[in-house]
Amino acid sequence: MPSRIVAFNLNGRDVEVMVKPLTTLQTVLREHLHLTATKSGCRQGGCGTCTVLVNGEPMLSCLLPVEDIAGQKVVTLEGITPIEGLHPIQQAFFDNYAIQCGYCSPGVIMVIKALLDRNPNPTRQEIMDAIAGNVCRCTGYEPILRAAEDAARRLQSA
Amino acid sequence: MAKLRGTGIAAVNYPTGMNLGGDPSQALIHATTTGTFVISLSSTDLGQGLKTVIAQIGAETLGVPFENVLIDTADTDTGPHCMGTFASRATHRVGNAVIMAAKEARKAMLEVAAEELEVSPDDLDTDGKGNIFVKGSPERKIDITSLALAAHFKYGRTISGRGMYIKPKSPVDPETGKMDPDSTEAHACVVAEVEVDTETGEVTVISLKSAYEVGRQVNPALVHGQIVGGAFMGMSHALYETTAPYYPSPDHAPGSFSEYIIPGPHELPHIESVVLEYPSVNGPYGVKGVGEMTANAPIPAIVNAVSNAIGVRLTEYPITPEKILRALEKSPKVKQLAENRS
Amino acid sequence: MSEVASEVIREMKREFKVVGKSVPRRDGIGHVTGKTVYVDDISFPGMLHLKMVRSPIHHGIIRNVDFSEAEKVPGFVRVLTHRDVPKNIYTILCLIGVGPDEEPVLAVDRVLYKGEPIAAIVAETEEAAMEAVSRVKLDLEELPAVFDVEEALKPDAPILKPWGTNYFIYEGHHCRRVRFGDVEKGFAQADYIIEEVYNTSPIEHAPTETTACVAKPEPDGRYTVYTNTQALFFTMDNTALILQVPFSKLHFVGGTVGGGFGGKVDVITEPIATLAAMKTGRPVKFKYTREEEMRVSSTRSAWRMYFKDGVMKDGRIIARKVISYADSGAYNRHTPYAVTKHAANIAGPYTIPNVYIDAYCVYTNRQPASAMRGFGVTPASFAVECQMDKIAETIGMDPWEIRFINAYRNGDMRPHQKVVEDATLIEVMKAAAELVGHKLPEHLLKMHSWDREKA
Repeated sequence: MPSRIVAFNLNGRDVEVMVKPLTTLQTVLREHLHLTATKSGCRQGGCGTCTVLVNGEPMLSCLLPVEDIAGQKVVTLEGITPIEGLHPIQQAFFDNYAIQCGYCSPGVIMVIKALLDRNPNPTRQEIMDAIAGNVCRCTGYEPILRAAEDAARRLQSA
Repeated sequence: MAKLRGTGIAAVNYPTGMNLGGDPSQALIHATTTGTFVISLSSTDLGQGLKTVIAQIGAETLGVPFENVLIDTADTDTGPHCMGTFASRATHRVGNAVIMAAKEARKAMLEVAAEELEVSPDDLDTDGKGNIFVKGSPERKIDITSLALAAHFKYGRTISGRGMYIKPKSPVDPETGKMDPDSTEAHACVVAEVEVDTETGEVTVISLKSAYEVGRQVNPALVHGQIVGGAFMGMSHALYETTAPYYPSPDHAPGSFSEYIIPGPHELPHIESVVLEYPSVNGPYGVKGVGEMTANAPIPAIVNAVSNAIGVRLTEYPITPEKILRALEKSPKVKQLAENRS
Repeated sequence: MSEVASEVIREMKREFKVVGKSVPRRDGIGHVTGKTVYVDDISFPGMLHLKMVRSPIHHGIIRNVDFSEAEKVPGFVRVLTHRDVPKNIYTILCLIGVGPDEEPVLAVDRVLYKGEPIAAIVAETEEAAMEAVSRVKLDLEELPAVFDVEEALKPDAPILKPWGTNYFIYEGHHCRRVRFGDVEKGFAQADYIIEEVYNTSPIEHAPTETTACVAKPEPDGRYTVYTNTQALFFTMDNTALILQVPFSKLHFVGGTVGGGFGGKVDVITEPIATLAAMKTGRPVKFKYTREEEMRVSSTRSAWRMYFKDGVMKDGRIIARKVISYADSGAYNRHTPYAVTKHAANIAGPYTIPNVYIDAYCVYTNRQPASAMRGFGVTPASFAVECQMDKIAETIGMDPWEIRFINAYRNGDMRPHQKVVEDATLIEVMKAAAELVGHKLPEHLLKMHSWDREKA
């Protein structure tokens, strides 16, 4: 099947990409647009490292054909990172040592971003529910939960 | 149906490093024209924080601010040899190499400062804030940027150092097994508290409380990160993980995270730890090692706790719900519960 | 006191300015912003992708491999077989004298495990490489396979190694031996003989970033290899040996790894990707899929350990005999050394005067095992600590007390004839008991690791 053009909004900017049918959003981000903050840990929908926001909802970009998000709003970790300094969620992860190897961090941070956008004061249970699809093999999740709680406090007092 | 509670302990040693064929690492340090110190290595950071702790050790020995030390790793053209990051060796081996290199660089730095301040190098010390001063009269000082500029453009001197650490090879005696396979031993004691659901065979780890002794902690937050992350991996090994669920049968080998079962945030137990510091004689500032052992002790602690809960000794891991349900058939505690009910 | 020791003690006592402080991670900003560059984030114009043709069976003879349909796939560039690999048979630890060479980079005429690489296909895209791999026709003759360590040592087991055994040979012995004291005499004196068999499972490292590298030809005739190996020089030197190129031809760059846990010290992607770059003149990426990481990459080895302890009524363990079997899978990788490390730690942190250990490194038709966090010590610690509880239960003693009574002290001799010098087991047990609010009796609280209280 021939390639076609898909247009969508990426991090506040309209973009057009030429793709073969069923090309995933992950492939478009990483290989066509060279935005590599979105990781590729399994391409099976099992690890959560490729999580991005589509219209504010966390989605696994490795399972998402880019045609399906035509005309919609996509936000990646690059899109929430300020030019200088860090987003309050990033700062909370940094300050709480909620990172070790760092490979799961982009996906986890995007999930927490989506959670805090719709629920600014989540319980620990709600944070656990939100990140249940993200594999972190290093930290044991405890610092991630602390960082998410810390991020909620920072955003509320901001 | 009942929930049975149990407690288990495990006390372990863990050796630092290896010696098969010798176990060396090197470091090179040089100062730039403006007093930034670059530590060149070929060592790898797996996420444990090697790049951070090595910069701390380098800054401490040089006597300069942490911010003035850069870690340049890992490139085989520019970084000297390192065996690699494994065997809980990296902080110990690379740290020792960096101390040796930093001492040589510090000596060169003090010699230049001595000429600038017109004193003997022995009369000088560093304040760790970027100055070299005359002992007893701290107002007589030179900052490291001025010093490095002077070294480069006035004296034509390098401020640099070479460091190497090796645990020499110790061949194993094939008859008796006599060997010297490691450098030091770290220790831990973990207490696990569990609850076993007799209906489903599921185990909930309620808490993992531990005491660790790891020599010197270079960075306590990073040590804590290893303890918590290791506790979680140990729990995961004890209860869930296997690539051969019916070992030795090779069937049902998992190929994805949906088939290879690793617990998630909901399974996180209460984790609490204390860290003791009994510095080792041969580690950098007394470092032993903490990377691997944190995943070891929780496994037997949890298995012992489950054995304690159900009254049947378990002798393998992972103890999956299926294995626990089979063990429960032999459990005197379950028998007692059934008799009480009837 | 030696000069070194006294200098060390002076260093211990000094006030630290940076050491001992929880300074922020050096790589933290890169990690939380996603700007840290991992190997898979590296790509170059014209980069090719490599995928492996793998054995679908556990054990068999390769009769024929037909690439004709694969070659027709659009984007197919070339295939590499064992004939293309200059020194195809290797063993990772050859750099430090472990031998003989026994693992092929690409299978020659036989496969020993399901997933063993038979040929590499290089293509313009990852999809094309996978499509071409799926069209390779393998003609294999299946042979009986063995999966259990003890079955593998029986006389009728299929023999997997060219030297005619299914075990690694340690300086002429069929296992790593430890002989300390007189274990039979110890058993004869003991009040109790306590036996148990312990088993552990093969376990996957499951790093979130899979094993990967990119090999790139440079204008000066060298090759730069970007890799997530845990051991840069070790991987580079093995690659040079396998490819029979001067060491100076290679330049390895790494240092940032998305989770290792021992799973990334196998030198498994770099030699073949570098060879592909040499044969095509283009950059080549070889990244494991998650399925390969799970089913093909090395695991923590499975162990079976037979324990027999002689114990006195007062709780002292006076003799231990252990027969251990490590399931190395089809090849050595790092397991021969894991077995040695295991043998040195099978008494755990306890002083036992009579010890006898036979620890075997056994080959089966399983994906190879290798290093993982804790190495041969993990199974040893597991078995030892479960055994301590069994001993306590059998003789009617508190599980804390049995550990205190047997804890090694500075100056004690361990079974591998190394003197204990950094003991703190008693101290961590006391601290753990305090943490959980467990009251230890006075006679245990009085103990410490630096000498032994008088009887």
